[in-house]
Amino acid sequence: MVRFENVGLRYGTGPEVLKDLTFSIEPHSFQFLTGPSGAGKTSLLRLLFLSLRPTRGLITLFQHDATRLRRSEIAALRRRIGIVFQDFRLLDHLTTYENVALPLRVAERDEASYRSEVVELLQWVGLGERLHALPPVLSGGEKQRAAIARALISRPELLLADEPTGNVDPALARRLLRLLVELKKSGTSVLIATHDVALMDQYDAPRLVLDEGRLYSGQ
Amino acid sequence: MRRDSCSTRGGFIPGNRELANLNSPRPTAEAKPARDYGEPMMAHVNPILPDDTVTGRSLLAVVAIMSFLAALTVGAVEIVHVAAQEWRTDVVREATIQVRPMPGRDLDADARKAAEIAQAAPGVVEARVFTKEETERLLEPWLGTGADLAALPIPHLVQVKLAASATPDFDRLRRTLSDSVPNATLDDHRGFSSRLAAISDTVALTGLALLALVLAATVLSVSFATRGAVAANRAVVEVLHFVGARDSFVARIFARHFLTLGLQGGLIGGAMAAALFGLARLLSNVLGSFPRSGDAASFLGHFALNARGFLWIAAIAAAMALVTALASRITVHRTLRAID
Ligand SMILES: Nc1ncnc2c1ncn2[C@@H]1O[C@H](COP(=O)(O)OP(=O)(O)OP(=O)(O)O)[C@@H](O)[C@H]1O
Ligand SMILES: [Mg+2]
Repeated sequence: MVRFENVGLRYGTGPEVLKDLTFSIEPHSFQFLTGPSGAGKTSLLRLLFLSLRPTRGLITLFQHDATRLRRSEIAALRRRIGIVFQDFRLLDHLTTYENVALPLRVAERDEASYRSEVVELLQWVGLGERLHALPPVLSGGEKQRAAIARALISRPELLLADEPTGNVDPALARRLLRLLVELKKSGTSVLIATHDVALMDQYDAPRLVLDEGRLYSGQ
Repeated sequence: MRRDSCSTRGGFIPGNRELANLNSPRPTAEAKPARDYGEPMMAHVNPILPDDTVTGRSLLAVVAIMSFLAALTVGAVEIVHVAAQEWRTDVVREATIQVRPMPGRDLDADARKAAEIAQAAPGVVEARVFTKEETERLLEPWLGTGADLAALPIPHLVQVKLAASATPDFDRLRRTLSDSVPNATLDDHRGFSSRLAAISDTVALTGLALLALVLAATVLSVSFATRGAVAANRAVVEVLHFVGARDSFVARIFARHFLTLGLQGGLIGGAMAAALFGLARLLSNVLGSFPRSGDAASFLGHFALNARGFLWIAAIAAAMALVTALASRITVHRTLRAID
């Protein structure tokens, strides 16, 4: 469903932060993306999420050449991808409930049709009591769970998560990992960027290792 | 209502039984399992764009002022148009024969002769020599009362009333007149009528130009404000795009704010202009009710806006609201394309 061929990326005139990446993400797959800080994990996810264009190489996303997408096509593809940002990117003026429902609201679905889904998911991630809270009053871990819920709510075909357990305790991290594994079982391809080795040891999955912009298949 | 497994949509969310098997589930989630969530009034209460970041009071003032100016322009053009039309229909139903004094001729006899000739022409309803008093009254503004007209070489005037339907053959009448009364000249008022038409057209064109300027200023202010609003909400717009919003969706939620603002501004400006014209009309009615104020009243009467004029004002106010929404929508589209 995703293919990278000799993909390179540089920011402006800086050095190449990603070099000659060739890999693919298969349907129903579950992979970890790991590597030291600054290795380019977030940059790789941004390429996958169409918020960056590669400076060279070819990216094929759901049978589309990612470098030749029109704006309307980008919006359509993003609806098939869920992303959890390292910095959450929640909207501060919307409640937790509204933040999580945003992808559905933006898809112009009738609120009555998804209200219980959103509440259900929020309860599962332990935010059942925080539905009406605004992000500024949430703890780091609560924000993280809201961000994960927002990425999951539209049941994407591909889920990208950038350090999804960076701000939670090990117990909750296990719980969230479990959620992502369930997601994979229901048909979503999952790619988790993390340098939490303990987390990766919880679930036996292939690891893509980034180091100085180059990709190695680990494990 | 307790749900064993949250499988309303064949979901990936593990059910409560699986949940219990997890090593240490979140206490918060366990404490109150599967609450009846149909109950709490869950609804989107916040607009996607924070209200106070999109449109401000100063833009509302700008749109209101622009609507006021546009409505004023349209009202004035309508008044001039209607007045000119009225004057023209009055004026073209009349012609005047001027009989100038000439040495060796009887002015009174010449005037009567001219009236007879005119009366005989087809299309003429009545031809009447102005009496001495009428002439004096006409000249009063220039000569003052009590001037001895007999001592002055004042021409005599013959007022010729024309049939509403048929226009007489002025050229033939003019020839017949000059044959028997060489000192008579016929003025068919066509020059005056076409000058009135030209004035009315000029006023209308000037009004259109003013409207164009007002619209341009509105579009520019709204575009400027929209760019500011998009910039202020850039983080929100970015997140909207990340969760799959199309440009048209984003443009619509901005334009909705601007349409509201445009409606408010158009209403305020239009209402102010309408009130002003209403006041003028009231004033002319009041003045008209006083005896012996005929001239002022008839003058003001011409400058009272009619019902069609008020409809024009409503239309222009609505147009301002639409222009505001459209301008912001187009600007958002452009800005979105520019920012990434
Ligand atoms: N917008 C940007 N402009 C210029 N350079 C950038 C930008 N974003 C990232 N970089 C650089 O690209 C490199 C990779 O950054 P990236 O954020 O992808 O790393 P990461 O693997 O996600 O790190 P971390 O584990 O700390 O999140 C870094 O050297 C970073 O400084
Ligand atoms: Mg990162």
